[in-house]
Amino acid sequence: MKQIKVLGSGCAKCTKTAEVIRKIAEELSIDVEVIKETDPETIMNYAVMSTPAVVIDEELVHSGRIPSREEITQWLG
Amino acid sequence: MFEVFTWLADKLVFQLLGLSPNTKLGDSLHFFIEDTTKIFALLLVMIYLIAWIRASLNVERVRDYLAGKHRGVGYLFGSFFGAITPFCSCSSIPVFLGFTSAGIPVGITMSFLLTSPLINEVAILLLMSLLGWKFTLIYVLVGMSIGILGGFFLDQIKAERWLQAFAAKAFKAAQQKKAQAVADDNQAISMADRHDFAKSETLEIFGRVWKWVFVGVGLGAALHGFVPDGWFEANLGNGQWWSVPAAVFMGIPLYSNATGVIPVMESLITKGLPIGTTLAFCMSTVAASFPEFILLKQVMQWRLLAIIFVMLLVSFTLVGWIFNVVFPY
Repeated sequence: MKQIKVLGSGCAKCTKTAEVIRKIAEELSIDVEVIKETDPETIMNYAVMSTPAVVIDEELVHSGRIPSREEITQWLG
Repeated sequence: MFEVFTWLADKLVFQLLGLSPNTKLGDSLHFFIEDTTKIFALLLVMIYLIAWIRASLNVERVRDYLAGKHRGVGYLFGSFFGAITPFCSCSSIPVFLGFTSAGIPVGITMSFLLTSPLINEVAILLLMSLLGWKFTLIYVLVGMSIGILGGFFLDQIKAERWLQAFAAKAFKAAQQKKAQAVADDNQAISMADRHDFAKSETLEIFGRVWKWVFVGVGLGAALHGFVPDGWFEANLGNGQWWSVPAAVFMGIPLYSNATGVIPVMESLITKGLPIGTTLAFCMSTVAASFPEFILLKQVMQWRLLAIIFVMLLVSFTLVGWIFNVVFPY
């Protein structure tokens, strides 16, 4: 099962990102584990400077803004 | 060029609603409608244009540029990039840590973080349209000086001593490594990409600041219509020395985006509040914010937070005094 981490210290955009990913995964009936990571030290270790950021199976795939539907579908697909 | 907004306000307030410009309500409402429409129109156009230009600049590039820069130049560039790079304030911590773990001195990182909330394209835009380019230039120079001198001061007192342990560790590791700049995948950005970026930035920034514009212009309008001219001089003293620190203290518990505070600044100045006192109050409102400090607590020890806080208050007070003396409008 894919593990998706959403990195961000809790502002609205970061929460929204996690929600949107969960929602699209549900629509596509894809099984994913979505985790919200808020610890600054952990975020630092992924070398992320602009949140929200998305890490899939420990690989950083996106950072800086809420991802688009197309991007999310591509990751899940 | 902006007559259309005055015309719109005239039509809505004086003709449609039948209010008189001589009443406080009529005057305030007119100000409110004229300014909000003008600002929204300007915002849409300018954010888009500036984002278009800025499409190839991101914090990773700024970090790579600043890493390894000599200190003097570092503060200037740190502050400069802070002025032109907007980011969600929830990214302050990741940015701080990203810079620190690339070995960038705390002072330079702080030059970036201190200048950022004070100066951004939206603020500059508003200042120019409300208060003219001369004042805008002054504001930018003051904002950058605070960032530069603040950063310099923090490095002088060796602020890195007071980072939280994990941040201090990352900093030391980076210094020992003397890491080379990460190879920049210098892809050229296509026009279509620039448009996409500019469009999303415009929607995002507009979505973030429109409420502040209403609040700021609303307050400004209330001041404009309901506070008599000269009230400030009569009641708050004529730029007496204590009015500046008082203004700074009043600004601390208040928080506003730079966007929201600028219309208020315009009203305060046109109502006779001395320019230095106004600057001190507005900068204190924008930069000394509890939410930001709570975030910074995650990476700094109390002592460093307290030092930065006091440093900002002192800076704003000094700015206020200097301006009241040099520009007694």
